[in-house]
Amino acid sequence: MMSITFPFLYLFAAAALVPFFKGKWRAVITLSMIALSTLNIYFLPETLEWQWTFLQYELSPFKVDRLSLLFGYLFHIAAFIGVIFSLHVKSAVQQSASLVYAGSALGAVFAGDLLTLFIFWEFLAISSVFLIWARGTSRSFKAGIRYLLVQILSGILLLIGILFYWHQHNSLSFEYIGLEGIHGWLIFIAFGIKCAFPFFHNWLTDAYPEATPTGTVFLSAFTTKVAVYSLARAFPGTELLVYIGGVMACFPIFYAVIENDLRRVLAYSLVNQIGFMMVGIGIGTALALNGAVAHAFTDVIFKGLLFMSMGAVLHMTGRINGSELGGLYKSMPKTTILCIVGAASISAFPLFSGFISKSMIMTAALYENYNGIWLILLFASAGVFHHAGIKIPYFAFFAHDSGIRTTEPPKNMLLAMSIAAVLCVLLGVFPTLLYQHLPFNAEYTPYDVTHVLTQLQLLFFSALAFVWLNLKNLYPPELPSVNIEFDWFSRKALPKVAKKVVQLMLTLKYQLSVAYKKFSGALIKLNAANPSTYKITSGNTISTSMMVFWISVILAMFLILSFI
Amino acid sequence: MMSTSNKHFFDNPKNVQLLIRGLYVCCGILILLEFFISRYSKHPIEWIWGFYPLYGFVGCVILVLVAKWLRKLLMRDENYYGDKEEPETPHISKGEH
Repeated sequence: MMSITFPFLYLFAAAALVPFFKGKWRAVITLSMIALSTLNIYFLPETLEWQWTFLQYELSPFKVDRLSLLFGYLFHIAAFIGVIFSLHVKSAVQQSASLVYAGSALGAVFAGDLLTLFIFWEFLAISSVFLIWARGTSRSFKAGIRYLLVQILSGILLLIGILFYWHQHNSLSFEYIGLEGIHGWLIFIAFGIKCAFPFFHNWLTDAYPEATPTGTVFLSAFTTKVAVYSLARAFPGTELLVYIGGVMACFPIFYAVIENDLRRVLAYSLVNQIGFMMVGIGIGTALALNGAVAHAFTDVIFKGLLFMSMGAVLHMTGRINGSELGGLYKSMPKTTILCIVGAASISAFPLFSGFISKSMIMTAALYENYNGIWLILLFASAGVFHHAGIKIPYFAFFAHDSGIRTTEPPKNMLLAMSIAAVLCVLLGVFPTLLYQHLPFNAEYTPYDVTHVLTQLQLLFFSALAFVWLNLKNLYPPELPSVNIEFDWFSRKALPKVAKKVVQLMLTLKYQLSVAYKKFSGALIKLNAANPSTYKITSGNTISTSMMVFWISVILAMFLILSFI
Repeated sequence: MMSTSNKHFFDNPKNVQLLIRGLYVCCGILILLEFFISRYSKHPIEWIWGFYPLYGFVGCVILVLVAKWLRKLLMRDENYYGDKEEPETPHISKGEH
C-alpha cells in the first residue's frame, strides 16, 4: 500500500511535467499520474483529517468524508475521460491548464477549512480561463475576460464572507454555514455565482461555448460541480435553494429551444440540470441530498459525453451552429450513436444514468410535499428531452443534409466518448454501483413499474410533440442569430450609458473652454483698454498672492463661523 | 456540396415514415398500459388518467410556442455584439464523398 498524500498533488505534478514532454511520452506521463492519483484516492479511509496551524489559524487542508470522497472519485473519472479526449492537443498550455484545473477541483472538495477552499476556488478560476483563451479567437478572448471577472468577483465575495465568518465563529472549518448573518449570505452568493444562479449564470452560457472543443469538456465537469458540492456541505436544507433551483431548471430550456450554437444549447441545459441539484440540496432530506449528489455524478458523465460529441463535430467540421449542420450521421455514425447515448441519459430514459439520479430528487420533492416544484421539475424533464435529447442529435446529425462530409474524429476522442457512454449505461443498469457510495442513509429503488411507465409516457409524448410540431411546421427553425440575455445590461446597456456619460463630459468640457476663452479674451481687451488693472489679472505672482489672500479670507470666515 | 448518393438510411422517406409510425405505436402502447397497470400516485393531480402523456405533450408544445414568441423579443442579428467570426477551418476536411 502506498502512502497517502494530498489528492491534488499528482495532477499538479503532471501539469508541471507536461511542457517537457511531447506526443506519446506526454500521454503516458499524464495518464499514469491520473492512475496514481486514483490509487491514492482509492486507499483513503472514509474519514480523515490533516490539521495544520498557520499563524493563529487552525487549518485542515485535507479532510475526507463520504461526500468529498464521492466527488473525488467523480473528478478522477472526469479528468481521465477529459485527458483521453484531448490527447491529440499539442498545446502544452492547454494540457497543463486542464490538469491544474482538475487538480484544483480535487483540492477544493478535500478542503477541510474555508481558507484552503478559497485558494483552490481561485485556482479553478485562473486555470480554467486558459481553456477559453486557447481557442485563439478575439471572441473567446473577450468572453474569457468576462468569465474571469465574474469568477474573481465570486472569489472576493467568498474571501470577505470567510473573514466575517472567522470574526463570528473564530474558526475556519468548512461545515454547515446556513443563511445566517452577513457571512452566510456572502458565502452563499459566492457559491451561487459559481453555481450559475439566475442572473449570475451568464458567465457560463457566454464563455463555455467559446472554449476549445476539448476545453469545454473540462469546463463542464469541474467549476459548477465544486460549487454544488460546496452548497451541499454548507447549505443543505436551505429552502431558498428549492425555489432558485426551480427557476434554474425552467428558464434555460426556453433559451435552449431557440439557441443556434449547439454547445450553447448544452450550456443552457447544464444550468437546467444544476437546477435539479439545487432543488435536492434545498429540500435537504437524506434522499434529496443523495439525489443531488448522484445527479451531479451522472451529469458530469453524460453532459461530458454530449459536450464531447459536439466538440468532435466542431473539431471535424469547424462548425457548431445548428443552422449550418445536419446529415452528419452519414459520415460520423459512431459519434452519432455515442451522442444519442448521452442524449438518452440526460433525458433520463430508463436504463440510462440520468434516470437513476433525477428520479431521486423528484421523489424527494413529492415526499416533502413540494407539489408545485414537482410540477415544474416534471415540465423541465420533458423540456430537457426536447432540447438536449432530441434537438442536439437531430440538428447536428439528422435534419436537412448540410452537405458536409467528414470522417469520424480521432481515435482518442472516440475512445473517451465510448468510455463515457459505457459508464452512462452501466450506472443506468446497475444503480447500486453509484448508490453504495452515496453519502447519506436513504433507501431508494429507482426501478418499479410506476416509475418506468410514467417516465416513458412523459418522454414518448414529448417526442410526439416534437414530431407533431415539425410536421405542422410550427417548430422554430435554427437561425443564425444572437438571443439577448441578462448580460445585455453589462454588454450593451452599460457600455452605452458609459459612452453617453463620457460624451456629455467631453461636450461640457469643450463648452466650458469656449466660454473661458471668451471670458479671458474679454478680460484682456478690458485690460488693454484700462492698463491700471493689468497687473492684478495676468501677472503670475500677483494672481498667486491674490489666491492666497482669498483662501485666508475663507479660512478666517470658517474660523469665525465655528466659534459662533 | 449536396450529396447525390441515396444509400443512407434516412434519405429514403419510407424509413422516416417507419420511424414516425414506430413512435406512434409506442405512444399507443404506453397509453393502453394505463388500463392494465395500476400505478401509485402521491401528487394531488398525478392520479388523473393519462396525466403523464398529456403533461409531456402539452408541456412541450407550450415550451416551443412560448420560445418561438420569445424569439420576437430576444432575437438579434448574429453580429449584435460586434464579435461575429467566420467558421474555423475544419481539422480534416474530406470534402464530398
